[in-house]
Amino acid sequence: MDSVKLSQKIRLHALRMTNRGESSHIGSVFSMADILAVLYACILKYDSKRPEWEERDRFILSKGHGGAGVYAVLAECGFFPISKLDTHYQDGSDLSGHVSHKGIPGVDISTGSLGHGLPIGTGMALAAKLDDLNRRTFVILSDGECDEGSNWEAALFASHHNLDNLTVVVDYNKIQSLTTVKKTLNLEPFREKWESFGWAVKEIDGHDHYQLESVFQEIPFQEGYPNCIIAHTVKGKGVSFMENKVLWHYRTAKGEEYDAALKELEEA
Amino acid sequence: MRDAFIRVLGELAKNDSRIMLVTGDLGFKVFDEYALNYPRQFLNAGVAEQNMMGLATGLALEGRIVFVYSIANFPILRCLEQVRNDACYHQANVKIVSIGGGFSYGALGISHHATEDLSIMRALPEISVMAPGDLWETEEATKAMVDIPGTCYFRLDKSNAGYTNIDSEKFEFGKARCLKEGHDATLISTGGILNEVLKAYELLKEKGIFCRVLSLHTLKPLDLESILKAASETEAVLTIEEHTIEGGLGGAVAENFLECGVIPKKFKRIGLKSGFSSIVGSQQFLRKTYGVDAESIVSNVVQLLNSNRPTMMPNAK
Repeated sequence: MDSVKLSQKIRLHALRMTNRGESSHIGSVFSMADILAVLYACILKYDSKRPEWEERDRFILSKGHGGAGVYAVLAECGFFPISKLDTHYQDGSDLSGHVSHKGIPGVDISTGSLGHGLPIGTGMALAAKLDDLNRRTFVILSDGECDEGSNWEAALFASHHNLDNLTVVVDYNKIQSLTTVKKTLNLEPFREKWESFGWAVKEIDGHDHYQLESVFQEIPFQEGYPNCIIAHTVKGKGVSFMENKVLWHYRTAKGEEYDAALKELEEA
Repeated sequence: MRDAFIRVLGELAKNDSRIMLVTGDLGFKVFDEYALNYPRQFLNAGVAEQNMMGLATGLALEGRIVFVYSIANFPILRCLEQVRNDACYHQANVKIVSIGGGFSYGALGISHHATEDLSIMRALPEISVMAPGDLWETEEATKAMVDIPGTCYFRLDKSNAGYTNIDSEKFEFGKARCLKEGHDATLISTGGILNEVLKAYELLKEKGIFCRVLSLHTLKPLDLESILKAASETEAVLTIEEHTIEGGLGGAVAENFLECGVIPKKFKRIGLKSGFSSIVGSQQFLRKTYGVDAESIVSNVVQLLNSNRPTMMPNAK
């Protein structure tokens, strides 16, 4: 599967889904669309016909507000019909705004409240170590989410237990709910924080598919160390007027804005 | 109760490699033998309850039966959202064991008074709530939890009623145990305060008042049948809990009486009034201070049986 095409499809689906449902977080989906696409096109071990397959890699979207992106990638990868995406955020649907596992093949973990995914991921990674299994666990965190102390509890735990089968990707788009990360709770020096917690850290351009694929192929970065990928991203990436705008954390593209966004993505 | 729990858990862990014990850096010396015997089934997660609960969920979803151990409110209130969203919503086999029900750690102050845990945990979806009253119930419930699918809350207490079982007795999850038979009133209790209830039973007997005693080790799911029978077969029903009277055992029983249209002739919830105890002391001292010890139960029963008040009068304490 071509990861670039897949990322385009994720963005298009998410745009349509959030438009239809008048829901938020399109900027947050766009910033991690390339990460999702590379993971599902080239990195994760899974079988969409056997979503519960024991040996599959585990994936957790801890920034659950990006749920539309996960549903889109799962549908594109054959976990459920693409037509199901039309129900997202609609009355009676099980495709909730924040990612939920109930009734959705391919979703292992429901999130939505920030700071939950990494602790669960550490449990899954520890279980694999204890059972001597090769499966890996991947967790996508948002940057704003790193305000949550629970992540740092898990970060301590993962390095203490040498969980080098655990990988965190931080979608570092530098913008959170109300304003920039810098103005809210500055995370810098961010790399050093993870390193001082005992993680092996690599920084990449989170929209460059070659860099993404290469860095994932290098896991584990250092034997015995959990892996942290700080992916420098752009909120709203892919639609010029959404890029780097706080507004698109919550705003829904409608009318002319929707048409313009659609056009940009289709022509990309 | 704690020692009974850990002894039985060790026996279970021996034959079941799925069992894992995770502590939040508590239980000094308590787990030494267990950890020595089953090092791959033991983990100290450190003083980090949010991570501990998420971690337990992750381990459970990968096939383990995880007993998470801590004291008082730490494994539930500190990480309540992890209990709800992670463990319960994913129907994870996480068994939350809290030692220190009620005023078990009375002298340590309000941070260690677990006096709202039952009502809070009972309100969560997809969880079982158990509070054993004696050592036998503790042992049997520990075994039962291995087979009960999903998340459980297990409230242990420093006090207990010893062994109250009879030889052939079989433990039934979700079923109250009738320890004494009597027709004047039914005393329903949950948790280690059962010892006060049994003392009260004897004191009342001396006064010629004969009570049925139900030990309700499982608060959720609630044993409706035993409770409704108590209302129709005895003159009064009293619930006794070392816990706020708001929403716990008394609340659960009262709600179900009303909804089922079975109204006891007389009813009273014995428990703690909503509020903090800035006063500290031993469990016994605080039980007496807040009117949940044997003598207080006796006077409540006598007063209730002698009163002519209608059942629906507000609960006056």
